[in-house]
Amino acid sequence: MLVLAFDTATPAVTAALHDGTRVLAESTTVDARRHGELLAPAIEAVLAESGASLGEVTAVVAGAGPGPYTGLRVGLMTARALGATLGVPAFGVCTLDALAYATESADPFVVVTDARRKELFWARYGDARTRVDGPRVARPHDVPDGLPIVGVRLYEEIVGEVSGPEHLSAGALAALAAERLAGLTPEQALVVARLPEGRIDSEEAAQGRGVLGPAVPIYLRRPDAQIPGAPKKVTA
Amino acid sequence: MADQPIVLGIETSCDETGIGIVRGHTLLADTIASSIDEHARFGGVVPEVASRAHLDAMSPTVESALAKAGLRLADIDAIAVTAGPGLAGALLVGVAAAKAYALGLGIPLYGVNHLAAHVAVDQLEHGPLPKPCLAMLVSGGHSSLLLVPDVAKEVISLGSTVDDAAGEAFDKVARVLGLPFPGGPHIDRAARDGSATAIAFPRGKADDGTLDFSFSGLKTAVARYVEKHGGSLSIPDVAASFQEAVVDVLTRKALAACAQHDVHDLLIGGGVAANSRLRALAQERCDAAGVRLRVPRPGLCTDNGAMVAALGANLLEAGIAPSPLTIPADSSLPITTIHV
Ligand SMILES: [Zn+2]
Repeated sequence: MLVLAFDTATPAVTAALHDGTRVLAESTTVDARRHGELLAPAIEAVLAESGASLGEVTAVVAGAGPGPYTGLRVGLMTARALGATLGVPAFGVCTLDALAYATESADPFVVVTDARRKELFWARYGDARTRVDGPRVARPHDVPDGLPIVGVRLYEEIVGEVSGPEHLSAGALAALAAERLAGLTPEQALVVARLPEGRIDSEEAAQGRGVLGPAVPIYLRRPDAQIPGAPKKVTA
Repeated sequence: MADQPIVLGIETSCDETGIGIVRGHTLLADTIASSIDEHARFGGVVPEVASRAHLDAMSPTVESALAKAGLRLADIDAIAVTAGPGLAGALLVGVAAAKAYALGLGIPLYGVNHLAAHVAVDQLEHGPLPKPCLAMLVSGGHSSLLLVPDVAKEVISLGSTVDDAAGEAFDKVARVLGLPFPGGPHIDRAARDGSATAIAFPRGKADDGTLDFSFSGLKTAVARYVEKHGGSLSIPDVAASFQEAVVDVLTRKALAACAQHDVHDLLIGGGVAANSRLRALAQERCDAAGVRLRVPRPGLCTDNGAMVAALGANLLEAGIAPSPLTIPADSSLPITTIHV
């Protein structure tokens, strides 16, 4: 097994290779405005560092968000196109699940990332591997309290002190995906990677998603666009 | 010419996900998925809606173009992609896809200028471009006059709109007349039953000596007229008179540019080039001036992937170095930058 994983759903652009046992190479750069420029070179860098070639990759995994949409799509589009050229399945994993996995925690906690517009994406976990609620998008006041908070250090005066990794590193994403892939036959993996009809753009749709899923973005918000009214008067 | 390189072109600058495949300058496939229906109720293209649709449509559109051409991904020799200008988030989906295809296949990537691609596409229908030629690109996003000494190497901007693009004026006037979005085809159709001389709408900047355009005053004049004549309005007359004002200015300026630069070949591209009155008047005025007119068929005038692939083929042919995988999507890429 050779898993190529990357994520562009947080300000970090991160890529990693995992051989089923360990992370062979990892690259992380924090630059929220340059996902489109940094991702392909990051993939080249982890390949070069590990001495592996793209042809040896057996699965491509992208963080599926939720995350700001422009950057998020870069990762998912890259996964789909790479999967097609390499003839291997492309998967999406909820970015918050990978952040949760990185904590290695055995106790309940909440993961938060920046949703912009004064909101947070959040999900609640029973332990590092078990999502029990979310992902959702909410104002900081509405993030569950009484549990440790992991992730982006924003609105700490409202949500409380935040600990753990602030952004995702693809090593955790790759390791989580490798762990899940190890439990699947190749046929089962292909079924999981199959793109669904329709989009995952609501909280209801996102709740039903497994840890390992198709390379489909988790938007959680519908595009905001106004249906125009009557044309404006030009004569006063 | 079986040994000519096969180029796959990706276009996502606005609402069309376009995939084109060429061998040299022979068109093998041109497949388009449009999200225009999703935008219609908003009266214009909504960037986030377009970007989501590009991600959804990319892989199936690539697959269907390959199937049409009878090729596999492994047969592709180079990838070309629109790097700008256009909607930033929409461009980014195409650029990400192009990089991944190029990286995965180990083939060169060319990030190209959308406007230059509108010029290059005509080679697929009418053969090599004369050097130089003059190009007028008119669509919902652009209205430009270009001097093109060599589409792979040098494109010079002679003039452009100072406010609305020509196609934008069609959309806005259509809305004022209660016609659906996009407005171009509806106005063209309505105008057939109207009189082009019924209403004397203004010709913005027509005689100012520049090669720039202005359509904002015209759009306002139409809106005023419609408000004033509400009940007794002839939609065909308004459509025909408005359309005449636009194509009159466009063709006058295009031929003035030909004369000023002593160029005898005029190429018209962009969505508005599908307008039947523009085609007819351009032909009439070109004939009178001894200028040869080239207009690709409507499907190649609107945004498509074939135009991107065609320009990619020119760049390969000219021995131009491929783009690095670090190229950005540049929403305001200047026309003088043919490739990045
Ligand atoms: Zn265009």
